[in-house]
Amino acid sequence: MNDIIQQISNLSIGFKSKKGKEISILRKINLNIKKGETVGIVGESGSGKSTLALAMMGFVKQGLFTIDGECKFENLNLLKMSNKDLEEIRGRKIAMIPQNAGQSLTPNLKIGYQIEEALKLHTKLNVSERQKKISELLNKVRLPSPETIALRYPHELSGGQQQRVAIAMALAGNPNLLLLDEPTTGLDVTTQAHVLEVLKDIAKDTGTSMVYVSHDLGAIAQVSDRVVVMYAGEIVLEGPVRKILKDPIHPYANGLLKSIPKLSLKGLPNSMPGSQPQSDKIEIGCSFYERCNISSEKCKKNSPELNYLEEIDVHVRCFNFKDLKDFNKTTEFKNNEFSEKKTSENILKLNNLSISYAKQNFIDQFLGRIKDSNPTVKDINIEINKGETLSLVGESGSGKSTILKSIAGLLKIQDGKIIFNEKDFLSDNLKARSPNNLRAIQLIFQNPDESLNPSHTVEEILSQPLKLYFNLQGQELKKNISDLLQKVRLGDFYMQRYPRQLSGGEKQRVAVARAFAANPDIILCDEVTSALDVSVQAAVLDLLKQLKKDFNTTYIFVSHDLAVVKAISDRVAVLYQGRLCEIGLSESVYKFPSHPYTEVLLGAVLEPDPDIKPRLIAEDIVEERPPEKGCTFQGRCPRILGDKCKNETPPWQIGLNGHAIRCHIEINELDRIQKKELLNGQQK
Amino acid sequence: MNDQVSINNNIKKNPSKFFEVIKTMVSKPSGLIGLSIVCFHILLAIISPLITPHDFKAINPSLMLLPPSSEYWFGTDHLGRDVFTRTILGGRVAILVTFFGSLIALTWGGLLGIFCGLVGGKIDDIVMRIVDAFLAIPWILAMLLIVSILGTSINVLIPALGLFYGKGIVRVARAATHDVIAKDFIVSARARGHSNFSIIWNEILPNVRDAILVEGAMRWSWMLLGFSSLSFLGFGVSPPTPDWGLMISNARGLMSFAHWAVLAPITCLSSLIIGINLSADAFAKALGIDRTTKAPV
Repeated sequence: MNDIIQQISNLSIGFKSKKGKEISILRKINLNIKKGETVGIVGESGSGKSTLALAMMGFVKQGLFTIDGECKFENLNLLKMSNKDLEEIRGRKIAMIPQNAGQSLTPNLKIGYQIEEALKLHTKLNVSERQKKISELLNKVRLPSPETIALRYPHELSGGQQQRVAIAMALAGNPNLLLLDEPTTGLDVTTQAHVLEVLKDIAKDTGTSMVYVSHDLGAIAQVSDRVVVMYAGEIVLEGPVRKILKDPIHPYANGLLKSIPKLSLKGLPNSMPGSQPQSDKIEIGCSFYERCNISSEKCKKNSPELNYLEEIDVHVRCFNFKDLKDFNKTTEFKNNEFSEKKTSENILKLNNLSISYAKQNFIDQFLGRIKDSNPTVKDINIEINKGETLSLVGESGSGKSTILKSIAGLLKIQDGKIIFNEKDFLSDNLKARSPNNLRAIQLIFQNPDESLNPSHTVEEILSQPLKLYFNLQGQELKKNISDLLQKVRLGDFYMQRYPRQLSGGEKQRVAVARAFAANPDIILCDEVTSALDVSVQAAVLDLLKQLKKDFNTTYIFVSHDLAVVKAISDRVAVLYQGRLCEIGLSESVYKFPSHPYTEVLLGAVLEPDPDIKPRLIAEDIVEERPPEKGCTFQGRCPRILGDKCKNETPPWQIGLNGHAIRCHIEINELDRIQKKELLNGQQK
Repeated sequence: MNDQVSINNNIKKNPSKFFEVIKTMVSKPSGLIGLSIVCFHILLAIISPLITPHDFKAINPSLMLLPPSSEYWFGTDHLGRDVFTRTILGGRVAILVTFFGSLIALTWGGLLGIFCGLVGGKIDDIVMRIVDAFLAIPWILAMLLIVSILGTSINVLIPALGLFYGKGIVRVARAATHDVIAKDFIVSARARGHSNFSIIWNEILPNVRDAILVEGAMRWSWMLLGFSSLSFLGFGVSPPTPDWGLMISNARGLMSFAHWAVLAPITCLSSLIIGINLSADAFAKALGIDRTTKAPV
């Protein structure tokens, strides 16, 4: 077996609890990495995937220790080696690419210098050879004009470029094994797709083995040859990528794949009940027992072994996998429609909204004026009907959160009006808004860790809006809190809990309950599911749908995840650099004809299916400011017409069902080109 | 469908935070020692009038500067008064004044700091520059000025010390507020339309309270030293009320041949200060604030 580069056998890593009990985080991991192979490790947070990746380079986090087993790299047990010996291996034979490249680059050294440092450390090249190698490396990760990039500082590069530099540095020592820990998680959709493309090419060209750790099955599907699914510190399923993602025979992997919203399917995904057990609570039986829908008595008492099924080359840890219904048969999601009640009653109107972050000079500050000819957000005209779900999508910097904040009254607006209920002008000063208007608009934030006060119990958190808006006291207050908890499917006993004692999904439920406590008309959701695990995300979306039905609220969603947006929205507005590009019913936006930017975005969405490749039709350059004149998207547009796009602001073109696109290209022409290209792409 | 997210009904009740903190504090030797010293001193200050063997102000020239004996455990001073009696009584005023002084410092410093951190902008700028200016004034001169104008009664000393030692707490409270202020739960409270007062009281204070309390404990030991210095200079407690600073000052010239008269009050004063410092550090650690790696200001 000479082609095995790393062999992990029977590896258990854990920590000692306060009472001196050994608690395992990784339990009996057996895994072989072959030469030139890319292995994807998937799992939810807390499944031990990062601990495993670190162990692969002989690193065990402080507080943890190896309980049993070994991790052999070219016949050396990394976990028993001294730090000095490990230095020989790290960087030269095994390299790691961290999640946040921006933080792993030294901010005050130039890119070229940092790569040179890595080269000095790991190779014996002389000065001129090193310079050549730097250009070569930067070329390999497809950074434009390597010579100028090398002279820049990390902060002068975009997130995607920084990640590429990190990859170039990791490649400096010509490693045999590359460990990637969520390398694309913080990046925009288009950037992510490009970085994955680079990684795939590197794997092909250099024959480096890669271990790709991620929670994102879409990314895993694109790069991996083999996939390992982890749950509660164990490998539950392992096998070739197509077998795992197209026909997962473990109930966990099956549920996980079904809980991902997909572009190709309509409606909300199915959620998986429960949450992952904590590592100190696992005693006997299968760790997935409580959430499993095909479990039997046997699973409660006995832990299943990882069995090898020779005919399909898959390892599976389950007694009853044969009972699992055929995955492919269920192509449709159960909950078809997100919204049921729609009216034509207009509840919120954004009229020519412009918002600027520019610092104003003294006189303007004094007069309370905002002057900016090219503001961050400009000319936003959106009407939102009662009971509707509108989503704002776009990459980071597209101004979607900015718009949300201005509706909530947290930002000064430069120009334009926000009209509520067709008569009330909402001021951009919170103090000037009437209590009823304040109550009517509530926010739910992205990260429940930050949006819940850590020193308040759930009861105190929920009592804040109830006391403020309804003046509730005593028993009445308690009853209302209890009702709210019931509505978000949490029990009364949660009242005395602190946020730190709740799981991520539970925290977000409390945040949702707090927003609904005000009995609002409009709820602004700022990336509400992006900090959550996939299986929890589906459950929270399902909850939001239920509540919408009960309260008849209007949602304004902000998200970068186009699949989630598709699952929940009635209408979608696409933003680029703070300008609207396209707006229309969800079904029309996700179909051709679309604005070239929407096309780029949709093309870059990664599906958890290795056979659906992303379409990369535009460069992933990041623009810092919108252009002074012409079309906003002129810098990256793959269909640019020339001077017309650069000088003239494109007109709104109205298609079917009020579907509006802001582009110089005739709407029917767009439709024709896009359909033709798609067809050509499929034929290839 | 899953109607309840979790079926786990038997969650333990949250333990009281106060007892948790005390428990963690005494689990380390330094915390245990510090806390015992502080408790001992406070207890002594409370019960000392009941256990004094002699009258603290009885002057007897025939007993002048006696070395420690079974009758006079710590010897006698230059007026023939019992040093033991005066030492155990000597902490009463100091502890009383500085304890309430720290409370005043804590209150105004903490609230002003949080307020500045919350509102930011021009008000914050102006207030902080005033605080900076205050920090630049030599405190002892300013204290002497206040005391010489208004007198040395407790009613003057407590607010004066409280005023002076609060300015350091303003900075700590402001820095702690800045840590919290950007979090979404504050934004959320703002968007709901809560008043500034409600945001300070409900959202910020519970999160910065720990940092302020630790800082307050440190201020207490500083203030104790400051108060003793005032007494030493003759501007604190007026004789014949016993006080450590005053006792040290009186016996200072006689140190070469009657060291016992200085030794007892010095030991008491320094042990109390060490005790408070040790307790404050243990307190900070028990709350999860690490003073060694993260400076509060």
